[in-house]
Amino acid sequence: MFRALLLCAVAFAQPKGRPAKPAEIEARGITVFADGRGLPSGKGRASEGAPIFKSKCAECHNDKGEGREGQYPPIAGGIGSLTSTKPLKTVGSYWPYATTVFDYIRRAMPFDHPRSLTTNEVYAVTAFVLHLNGIVGIDEEMNEKTLPKVAMPNRDGFVPDKRPDIRSKR
Amino acid sequence: MKRERRRFLALGAGVLTGSSCKAPLQNSESGAHMRAYGDRSPHETTVRVIRELTKSPGTGSSRTPHADLFGTITPSALHFERHHSGVPAIDPAKHELLIHGLLDKPSVFTMTDIKAFPSFSRIYFLECGGNSIGDQSGNTQPDVQRSHGLLSCTEWTGVPLKTVLRDLGVKPEAKWMIAEGADAGRMARSIPIEKVLDDALLVYGQNGEALRPEQGYPLRLLLPGWEGNANVKWLHRLEFAADPAMSAKETGYYTELGKDGKAQIFTFVMEARSVITRPSGGHTITPGFHEITGLAWTGRGRITRVEVSTDGGKTWTDAALQEPVLPLAVARFRMPWEWDGTPAVLQSRCTDETGYLQPTHEEIIEVRGHFSGYHYNAIKPWRVAADGKVTHV
Ligand code: HEC
Repeated sequence: MFRALLLCAVAFAQPKGRPAKPAEIEARGITVFADGRGLPSGKGRASEGAPIFKSKCAECHNDKGEGREGQYPPIAGGIGSLTSTKPLKTVGSYWPYATTVFDYIRRAMPFDHPRSLTTNEVYAVTAFVLHLNGIVGIDEEMNEKTLPKVAMPNRDGFVPDKRPDIRSKR
Repeated sequence: MKRERRRFLALGAGVLTGSSCKAPLQNSESGAHMRAYGDRSPHETTVRVIRELTKSPGTGSSRTPHADLFGTITPSALHFERHHSGVPAIDPAKHELLIHGLLDKPSVFTMTDIKAFPSFSRIYFLECGGNSIGDQSGNTQPDVQRSHGLLSCTEWTGVPLKTVLRDLGVKPEAKWMIAEGADAGRMARSIPIEKVLDDALLVYGQNGEALRPEQGYPLRLLLPGWEGNANVKWLHRLEFAADPAMSAKETGYYTELGKDGKAQIFTFVMEARSVITRPSGGHTITPGFHEITGLAWTGRGRITRVEVSTDGGKTWTDAALQEPVLPLAVARFRMPWEWDGTPAVLQSRCTDETGYLQPTHEEIIEVRGHFSGYHYNAIKPWRVAADGKVTHV
């Protein structure tokens, strides 16, 4: 009888995980927000990013980030094309925040060896990708303070969900 | 071991005896053995079509062959795939879900912890936000698999996310939840808190067995009725925050570029749509009786009506809906049709419980232009020529 009661009590307790340790949150929490929260301290310039890009990125994205048609996406170009009949969406022409470029390169690139670059290398190569798009100068330092301030060309290009925007009639 | 060997010998002897006869009267009528894990008949060959979008493996999609399927549930082996950096190999014993950010008790859950919650099963469709992207931009696909194959429907099993969060003390400032996968690219999406606390699920089961690796094994997020990409697979981290992450896949991708050069962002709901799956592009039919059948679904609840036209939209007839019609699941519709051998254009249109009527291609293009790409849900016409060949219009 006592045993049955105990079993019931166990069955109805909310299951739980274990408390997360601050160090594992620190290590796994890699989100970089648009206002710069989450950026690690570090720095890099496009001039330093150029050789890294050449050895670790250009194989796929090509020397000037123009990509390889049907093989790898471009990561430069298309600025001003969004209202044309051939809109080209790239990091430069379309992405609203420079922090996203850092965040994405840090988590996902180089495609075949993600998360293999050091923090300073990510800053440098991010600066170089922005430089390829004519957005930052070759010697401009990108760090946790300057990167969130970079004005991306399509910063104001986004609007909230307008749907249902089409009202079809029978 | 010994017994197995004897059975093998016995079989061998049978074959020998058979082959020593001049002409066996008939093939053996005894059936095959049981199989530890079933497979379909060797006569059944329908498969997903695979399209890689880059030369890096696992950056494209594979599509469900709807023209060859029945009913409403997609077999797990034929569920569509869309990945951005391949399918990771994950040992469930080592997999952990970290939940942190704006909550009182940041926690780590193992798969055992998650499966300890009371389980919850529901049938929901899942559709990629980019399904039929080609139909909108003018790159029309020849058959329903290529045009509509980024849609599937499954009985999912897991636990409501709100149940898992109940004791963790999510703070009122938490307006978004950033969900991240353990794929090579750590794909991440930001989900509004309202959806998280409404019907979002942590899922480990697919049609009665564990999730397939390509569906996020061992754990995925499921957001009923919302675009596939936000249903993060291989889920290993949930971060509660005041703002969205503005991740690559919610800014650079899965946003809808309009005619004015502005793009809609955070467009999650898949709006109502339907498509005839048989007869459809690639089929050849003969005059006489045909059942026109297809699927309808909506991210805003239940499908209430499907109409079919065989004359290019001049006249419409209500199709029968297979019961039960479940919310946020595909509905199967059917309509008998006698084809007289003259050219016809077959199409379906659906209505959902909000009163929303599936639009035409022209209506969508007029409002959104050709390049918004995602969430295209137009009526799909199939042309039947006098020789019975069915092609896309
Ligand atoms: C082996 C090929 C390969 C290498 C090397 C590589 N990338 Fe990529 N990159 C890709 C692919 C493939 C994608 C698209 C992934 C997807 O489908 O989401 C991509 C996407 C990107 C994007 C986002 C562009 C977009 O619109 O999708 C950026 C930015 C980027 N890479 C930067 C880099 C940088 C910087 C490096 C070097 C540190 C690098 N890549 C190395 C293959 C590669």
